[in-house]
Amino acid sequence: MTLAPLFDVPVSALRRALDEKEISSVELANLFLDRIDAFNPGLNAFITVDRERTLVEARAADRRIARNEAGPLTGIPLAHKDVFCTEGVLTTCASKMLSNFVSPYDAHVVSLLKRAGAVSLGKTNMDEFAMGSSSETSYYGPVNNPWKIGHVPGGSSGGSAAAVAARLAPIATGTDTGGSVRQPAAFCGITGIKPTYGLISRYGMVAYASSLDQGGAFGASAGDCALLLSAMAGFDMRDSTSLDRPVEDYAAEIGTPASDPARPLAGLTIGVPREFFSVGLGDETHASIEDALAQYRALGASVRDVSLPNTRFAIPAFYVIAMAEASSNLSRFDGVRYGYRATKYADLVDMYCKSRSEGFGAEVQRRILTGTFVLSHGYYDAYYLQAQKLRRLIAEDFRRAFSECDLVAGPAAPMTAWALGAMGDDPVQMYLADIYTTPVNLAGLPGLSHPCGFDAAGLPIGLQLIGNYFSEARLLTAAHRFQQVTNWHLHRPAPIARANA
Amino acid sequence: MPLSNKQVGHLARLARLSITGDDVDVTRKQLDSIFVLITQMQAVDTTGIEPMSHPQELAARLREDAVTETDCRTAFQAIAPQAADGLYLVPKVIE
Amino acid sequence: MSRSDWEIVIGLEIHAQLNTSAKIFSGASAAFGAQPNVQASAVDIALPGVLPVLNRGVVERAIRFGLALGSHIAPKSVFARKNYFYPDLPKGYQISQFEFPVVQGGIITVQVGEGESAYEKPIRLTRAHLEEDAGKSIHEDFRGMSGIDLNRAGTPLLEIVSEPDMRSSAEAVAYARAMHALVRWIDICDGNMQEGSFRCDANVSVRKKGVEALGTRREIKNLNSFRFLQQAIDFEAGWQIETLEDGSWFEQATVLFDPTTGQTRMMRSKEDAHDYRYFPDPDLLPLVIEPGWVERVRASMPELPTAMKARFEQELCLSAQDASALTTSKETADYFQAAVAAAGTVHAKLCANWVMGELAACLNRAGLEIATAPVSPTQLAGLLLRIADGSISNAIARKVFEALWSGEGADADEIIEREGLKQVTDNSAIEAMVEEVIAANPKSVEEFRAGKEKALNALVGQVMKASRGKANPTQVNDLMRCKLN
Repeated sequence: MTLAPLFDVPVSALRRALDEKEISSVELANLFLDRIDAFNPGLNAFITVDRERTLVEARAADRRIARNEAGPLTGIPLAHKDVFCTEGVLTTCASKMLSNFVSPYDAHVVSLLKRAGAVSLGKTNMDEFAMGSSSETSYYGPVNNPWKIGHVPGGSSGGSAAAVAARLAPIATGTDTGGSVRQPAAFCGITGIKPTYGLISRYGMVAYASSLDQGGAFGASAGDCALLLSAMAGFDMRDSTSLDRPVEDYAAEIGTPASDPARPLAGLTIGVPREFFSVGLGDETHASIEDALAQYRALGASVRDVSLPNTRFAIPAFYVIAMAEASSNLSRFDGVRYGYRATKYADLVDMYCKSRSEGFGAEVQRRILTGTFVLSHGYYDAYYLQAQKLRRLIAEDFRRAFSECDLVAGPAAPMTAWALGAMGDDPVQMYLADIYTTPVNLAGLPGLSHPCGFDAAGLPIGLQLIGNYFSEARLLTAAHRFQQVTNWHLHRPAPIARANA
Repeated sequence: MPLSNKQVGHLARLARLSITGDDVDVTRKQLDSIFVLITQMQAVDTTGIEPMSHPQELAARLREDAVTETDCRTAFQAIAPQAADGLYLVPKVIE
Repeated sequence: MSRSDWEIVIGLEIHAQLNTSAKIFSGASAAFGAQPNVQASAVDIALPGVLPVLNRGVVERAIRFGLALGSHIAPKSVFARKNYFYPDLPKGYQISQFEFPVVQGGIITVQVGEGESAYEKPIRLTRAHLEEDAGKSIHEDFRGMSGIDLNRAGTPLLEIVSEPDMRSSAEAVAYARAMHALVRWIDICDGNMQEGSFRCDANVSVRKKGVEALGTRREIKNLNSFRFLQQAIDFEAGWQIETLEDGSWFEQATVLFDPTTGQTRMMRSKEDAHDYRYFPDPDLLPLVIEPGWVERVRASMPELPTAMKARFEQELCLSAQDASALTTSKETADYFQAAVAAAGTVHAKLCANWVMGELAACLNRAGLEIATAPVSPTQLAGLLLRIADGSISNAIARKVFEALWSGEGADADEIIEREGLKQVTDNSAIEAMVEEVIAANPKSVEEFRAGKEKALNALVGQVMKASRGKANPTQVNDLMRCKLN
């Protein structure tokens, strides 16, 4: 057995290497920057990489390490989804509309990570304004799945997921409005967590659907996600929906030894919603999920059936709410104060219309139009209000389920990564892929996806774990125990993630 | 309930989007497909259910009445499509 | 048919800018008059990713307003987004309250007209809600373009919506004036109409007398003076009546008033009316006002004009008209109360006369506000005490007042002393002057004795003149009669 290369070790190992001066932060940054140079042209996972800026941050981290003032992430490279505003750096949301937008400020998450000493490698590609489940709607072109070029990495945080899977970054930030962290994590064979709504500040995270958007973390393992999530979470006065709670040290929590090492998850009840195994779920995915549940049983957890009866209404309710909020959130992109302005127009209204239609891609415009419709006079009650009522029914389903179990488990997506363009022209086909992830956003619950197998084509399959509010530690612990006894999370897409740059 | 091209035009005007020519038909068909999906919601009787606007049903947290911001005009207008004399410039506003 | 067959129905929407230091959802200064866009923060210019956080001071002012009107303060109210595109509206939506406003109901009784024909009229409030103001489009020519200043974007507004309870422009103006006085009285708005801190929209409709149903209304936007409010309503109502009398009709519409022509003109028809697509703002949680907060605000409320008016009538024995006049503004009431406090309540009527008389006239002439009057309440009280104790006459008092006004002395006593204005009450001194005048005016003496009563006034006048106004007129009168008889 050979030693894993430094680009493919847990963050805790990088921490040790940095602290023991086996490697400097600058060297580590260069290692990943070289990998990005070598492999990004094939993957298109990054939109913006600025080597000089990255190295400035790495040098500062090295000084801090030298002063023995390093925190858990000081000197650790990471990538940011291009939905987070980064001062002085292009922040595009993968849209032509913001293709010239150099943010004058940092998102709360970005400044927290800067303060922690993490080193930003760059900004990752995504679905335009996070609207999509495949990272194909980017103005900068689609992202490839490192497991199979020509296949999607999932979305909308596909660039971050692909970057971590290909080991172009050890960890990465993402956002999850209807599954945009969990589904690409599943498609790329990595671990991703979306915490309870309100745990991570939305300040500086360009809004898609404000009541559903939540930041999230990608890593190769639950352990890496735990480190990143602790650094991203925390109260922010500037976000009215930010929750004022002490930040938990998830890495410490999952590291707590189990009282019964043979059955570390004894006492944990996992509920399996029968509605997550209905028509549309792929057979290979189904089989892998069953195997993973068997593994959880072997770890001491008890597994039982639960019901989430309103699951089938999650997609319509989710899309109505998301598109309504999006139609309003995206009104600020009008070509007046920043962003793209059309070059030719007749008058003010024409300037608006042309700037927006030239600046936004087709899917974004469809969602704006649909959102405009469901809020418009005479339709509000039938669509928007009805969706808000279904939202409550769906949240109630979970409340009842969590009176019978500690965690809910099921597939993260009904299928594995599809080929680029395979979804065709009908936008609804892709929306249906969000069936298992959207209910979690509607309820505002935390959810995690970790790898649990591969299909015949060698594409990863992800298991989704859903917890009650603020049960991130429990989710991460369960996934960590699973990963201690399995190696799904250690598989790498050859040749990329095995090759040196 | 299929949309008409006229409705698509009205929505585009409300949303300040320029959708013309063949795009109107394409857009209408795609929106129709989305409406078939979201109309499924109508099957549920939600009488008496309170709408849920936020995942966390808490009260607003308020800021104190204090001036905390300083002048950032130069930085903000550096990224503006068109600005002069401290003003953002737009095609003439006609009332 | 004639105009008298028609009834005019008016409801007002008043936008009062709340006098907080910071904006409603950002920490930028809400002060008026800064250089363009220097008070437009990241939140105000709606950079991608920024979020609103509600200012506590804004809510507190809404509570004060609700308490002053006896309204229901909603324990839970909701901010919604009103969606429309305009270059001075950076987010493409305005955050406002729609379905669930913070202040609901309430009533204000206003005095309409003056003198004999004056009457009181209660006007009901529908609601008052919080919202953010938009920026300004500056329609100056920048190479054929308009300039946008977003300093005003996000300044807090309270939109006060009345029921359609007013039946004439006079009632509408009385209501607007009363509201203007009230918001300043409870210190939630500076009321500066030139700067746009207080502006009115008027919904006007007409109907045949005796008809219950409301007619088609037209809304006149952005009236920023009471005079324009009156002119606009009068023109609009006249136009509507004429149009209907001609057998014609009109649609619901929004109109603008042009002060140069005195006419209203169409801005947009109902057809063009925006579809604002209101929905609860997902960035803001519901505003919850605990009863304890309302009680704390209640304890900090100043005495309200109606209560103060009643107290003036009862405790200070003022007439209803005096009490009403003294409570039209907080500043007048404050001045009056300070003067009474210094002079003593027994002199309240004298204080009232002077505040509403000489002081008001001088302020008016000089174009000054009472809060910045050159004569302080204490100075006025000092002067009035000298009238009350007979030291000076009313005529001399006016001279002293003028001297105080132009800063010729620190107080009335100093001026009276220096100028030797103290009334002469020494009987022998007055007697000597009376005798002199009698001796010098035999003709007048003759006339008086012949029964011409008027001649006496001329003689008394001579004595007053000789004393340079200082002789006590009553004494002079008595002595003169005594000597002549």
